[in-house]
Amino acid sequence: MAAKDVKLLGASASAYVNRVQFALNLKSIKYEFLQEDVFNKSELLLKSNPVHKKIPVLIHAHKPICESLVIVQYVDEFWSDAPTILPSHPYERANARFWAAYLDDKWFPLFRELRNAKDEESKAGVLGKIFEGLTLLEGVFVKSSNGKGYFGGETIGYLDIVLGSFLGWVKAAEIMAQLKILDETKTPALVDWAERFVSHEAITGIIPEPEELIAVLKDFQAKAAAAAASK
Amino acid sequence: MAADKMILLDCYVSMFGMRVRIALAEKGIRYHYKEENLANKSQLLLQMNPVHKKVPVLIHNGKPISESLIIVQYIDELWHDKNPLMPSDPYQRAQARFWGDYIDKKIYDPGRRIWTTKGQEQEKAKKEFIEILKILEGELGDKPYYGGEEFGYVDVALVPFYSWFYAFEICGNFKIETDCPKLIAWAKRCMERETVAKSIGDPHRIYDFVVLMKKRLGIE
Repeated sequence: MAAKDVKLLGASASAYVNRVQFALNLKSIKYEFLQEDVFNKSELLLKSNPVHKKIPVLIHAHKPICESLVIVQYVDEFWSDAPTILPSHPYERANARFWAAYLDDKWFPLFRELRNAKDEESKAGVLGKIFEGLTLLEGVFVKSSNGKGYFGGETIGYLDIVLGSFLGWVKAAEIMAQLKILDETKTPALVDWAERFVSHEAITGIIPEPEELIAVLKDFQAKAAAAAASK
Repeated sequence: MAADKMILLDCYVSMFGMRVRIALAEKGIRYHYKEENLANKSQLLLQMNPVHKKVPVLIHNGKPISESLIIVQYIDELWHDKNPLMPSDPYQRAQARFWGDYIDKKIYDPGRRIWTTKGQEQEKAKKEFIEILKILEGELGDKPYYGGEEFGYVDVALVPFYSWFYAFEICGNFKIETDCPKLIAWAKRCMERETVAKSIGDPHRIYDFVVLMKKRLGIE
């Protein structure tokens, strides 16, 4: 399929956009990356995602697909050749979807709470929840990897993509909070997995360096503050 | 599938639980229904859904599945030959998942605020709620169901909220049909389906529940 047929509207600092890039790379799909500025959204973005006006949007043969997890499943189902991303058994699929939803709805939002924590006590409280989540994920990894290298087993799967997409921001949070979050004394299997994941040929080079993410965050915060002030 | 043991941990009034009841009915699956008291959760619930401690939870041959739309997809995938709920085309499936996600993210909160708030806050909630329903009405268009000619995943995801409309309308002193006649027509069409009619809660019982909750929460 020619690159022109597949367009990805996104921004490289977005974990949600990175997920789609991982999925397309895993399937060896060539695509055109259209960089969006979330403070100055393109006509194409507004037209393709009128409901949420958010990135990522995948435009495949002129048809838009929105919401990162929806897009990843679409990529897996449309380009159904190996490697498959979702597990093949319905129970394992349900499990993968459950943990992906947990990561998106419960776990990753804790990082924003961490940044906004007003004192040491609340910071410790949020960190506690982050570590609890990672302990759960360590258990999920051990079970679903079945002795192999990824949540998906021998190959990168859905949960690898979802948790993996947050690794850059986890590192950025470690720098900003000055402590280890992915800690080999607490979650050794996940630490190993993280290194393995980011070095995979379909993944490497997509997640920006943590310093770049921190710069993007500061820029975003400044622009958001200015926009709020001018209302 | 020989002698499947199916247990559903649920709450009569839960729109999310209703989705699973509809899906099980669509596939003709027999199951044991267990009503949970959310103020006093059973050991089984806490054990089967330790992460969220919420209903619905489907326990299939001892293995739990949580999160209503994940459960619906699970049921649909295992019993894929009977009354398929998801379309077969990948793009249509993506659209179905998108709207399922939209319904999950948007409706519950303003709906809840309609019966838990008053005055300006309640007016704001009503406005938000109607705006969201209008978007959903737009997506339905002239189709009989969200699934097109056939009742499907998005219909399952949305129709349980209809059982709560009566309670919202009484509490909010408004009529949803005024703003969203096509959506109400769609809901009534879904209710003609036996699987839906027997699975979703009775609006009057739900209103009684809301009245009880308002008393408990000290809302007047």
